[in-house]
Amino acid sequence: MISTHQLTKLFYDKQRGEIRAADAVTLEVRPGQIYGLLGANGAGKTTVMRLLATLIAPTSGSAEVAGHDIVREPGAVRSRVGFLAASTALYGRLTAREMVTYFGELNGLSRPEVKVRLERLATELDMHEFLDRRCEGLSTGMKQKTSIARTLVHDPAVMIFDEPTLGLDVTTSRAIVRFVQECRARGKTVIYSTHMMHEVEKLCDRIGVIHGGRLMAEGTLAELRQRTGEQDMEEVFVKIIGQGGLS
Amino acid sequence: MNLKNISVVYRKELRDLLRDRRTLRSMILVPLVVMPLMMQGMFRLTRTVTTNAMAEVPTVQILGGEDSPGVVSRLKSDPKLRIEPATDDWKQRIADKKIRAAVKIPDHFDSDLRNGTGNQVTIYNYEGEIRSGFAVTELDGFFRKLSDEVVRKRLEVRGLSPSLIKPFATVRENVAPPAKVAGNRIGGLVPYVIVILCFVGAIYPAIDLTAGEKERGTMETLLCSPVARTEIVAGKFLMVLTSALAAVAIACISMTLSFQLSGPKSAGGAAELGLTHVDPAGVVGVVILILPVAVLFSAVLLTLGLWARNHREALTYMQPFMFIILMPAIIGMMPGIELNSRYALVPILNLSLACKEMLSGVWHWHLLVLIFASLSAYAVIALSVAVRMFNRESVVFRT
Repeated sequence: MISTHQLTKLFYDKQRGEIRAADAVTLEVRPGQIYGLLGANGAGKTTVMRLLATLIAPTSGSAEVAGHDIVREPGAVRSRVGFLAASTALYGRLTAREMVTYFGELNGLSRPEVKVRLERLATELDMHEFLDRRCEGLSTGMKQKTSIARTLVHDPAVMIFDEPTLGLDVTTSRAIVRFVQECRARGKTVIYSTHMMHEVEKLCDRIGVIHGGRLMAEGTLAELRQRTGEQDMEEVFVKIIGQGGLS
Repeated sequence: MNLKNISVVYRKELRDLLRDRRTLRSMILVPLVVMPLMMQGMFRLTRTVTTNAMAEVPTVQILGGEDSPGVVSRLKSDPKLRIEPATDDWKQRIADKKIRAAVKIPDHFDSDLRNGTGNQVTIYNYEGEIRSGFAVTELDGFFRKLSDEVVRKRLEVRGLSPSLIKPFATVRENVAPPAKVAGNRIGGLVPYVIVILCFVGAIYPAIDLTAGEKERGTMETLLCSPVARTEIVAGKFLMVLTSALAAVAIACISMTLSFQLSGPKSAGGAAELGLTHVDPAGVVGVVILILPVAVLFSAVLLTLGLWARNHREALTYMQPFMFIILMPAIIGMMPGIELNSRYALVPILNLSLACKEMLSGVWHWHLLVLIFASLSAYAVIALSVAVRMFNRESVVFRT
């Protein structure tokens, strides 16, 4: 479960002054649900995701992830979260096996536990062929599988995806989308940020449209279509941010 | 702080870095091969240059002396001098190193010697040039010998003993123990080498584990783990420290072996430097003082690397730092600067001066305690700055 209340993050830039990267964001994501955070580049998606993953601290407001407060219990939050982003890379000089084992150990698992989980993940994700190859020599698809195994090794209850398909080819993107759907099927709480409309249509149970750090509208795809009177997701999005939000 | 987490981070960093060619080069190859080669090369070169210069018969010009054939002919017959006919551009020829020196014989030199009238010989040289220096030494020796001969003859004529003008002789003899002589000779050089090795050993891991991770995008991946940032920075710091100390240790072992294998008679051997006489207790003292210095370096380099956005930016921050730390090491090598309570508080300079004393067998315990305490305090401050930096979002996500 994820719930945020008036979550706000301010940055200060020498040229632009104060920037409200996340502005009083309130949302809720339940287990077995995929919440899509839709926004253009610079809308504040990554800031919200990093706040939820406790990579950065909020300026004001609060949030709970898997029952733990992101400010008071950041370690507990991170141990229950799997975070996958376009910016979360792999250690090139480690093998896929070493990479997953490292993050298993960082999550407090013992070596035998990691071994069992890695074996299961490698079978599920079809990783056996490249498990002992260094990450720097893997193809994009293999790297993505390794990243997925890295996020799942400690079996987190909450999955945070920050534009995970950014820059990937169609085949790899489809694999990621399938993986996100599997997470929902396993009852995990999933929040997924993207600027790609078709991914939102395909994946998300609820959608939040973010612009200038503010959550402009929220609802199911059908609700947003009904409120804007548009069918095409792109038109829905443009109308929401153009109107400054829907009540 | 969870030690298991620190150990997990440390072991991963160690494995990762041991697969990195750049780190291997700075941590193992440079101290193992390059440093001993450089030291050996430097000593061999110095010795060869000095030996060759000493073996050369210096070419000099005699200016004047047309009315003094006696002294001119003695100069010409001296096998340690090669006389070149005088030319008008003799000054230029000295400056161009075509001749090593010139000697001006005053008018009536021979007759003045016979008559007992005082006179003055002038030697012209190239100040600071080693071969010109040797020529001056030869000429000085020639005229001192001539002067002694003349004085002896004059005393003989008057029936007087040579001891009349030389009532006693002076002899120099070293009474300082070989350890002190050796310590004094190499004490200034040791910290200089250590500072460079510590720096070389720490710089690449410090960059790779911080700015390198930011650049490659693995920093964010690492921060997603539940391990506290203090534990992450501790693991990384220990890795940088390991590399710095490993570089120093490998270099020391390698240089000792290379000196021993090349033998004491080889050019620039250990015996010649006095290394075989170094006080072992002094070596232990140096090792103890290196620890806080290595901690200080590792923490500072880690902080600079963390602040930088990428590898290149990290290097631009660290290169000036190299000069900042070398300055006190160089000052410490200067003659006349002695360890006192004020210098004991200046990092690197205190190490430099203390090394010189400890290797000479001099132990100012109160100053050594002050040095260790101050270096440890600086190291703790630098480490706490590194931890604080790692906890700052504006630094960790500064890309």
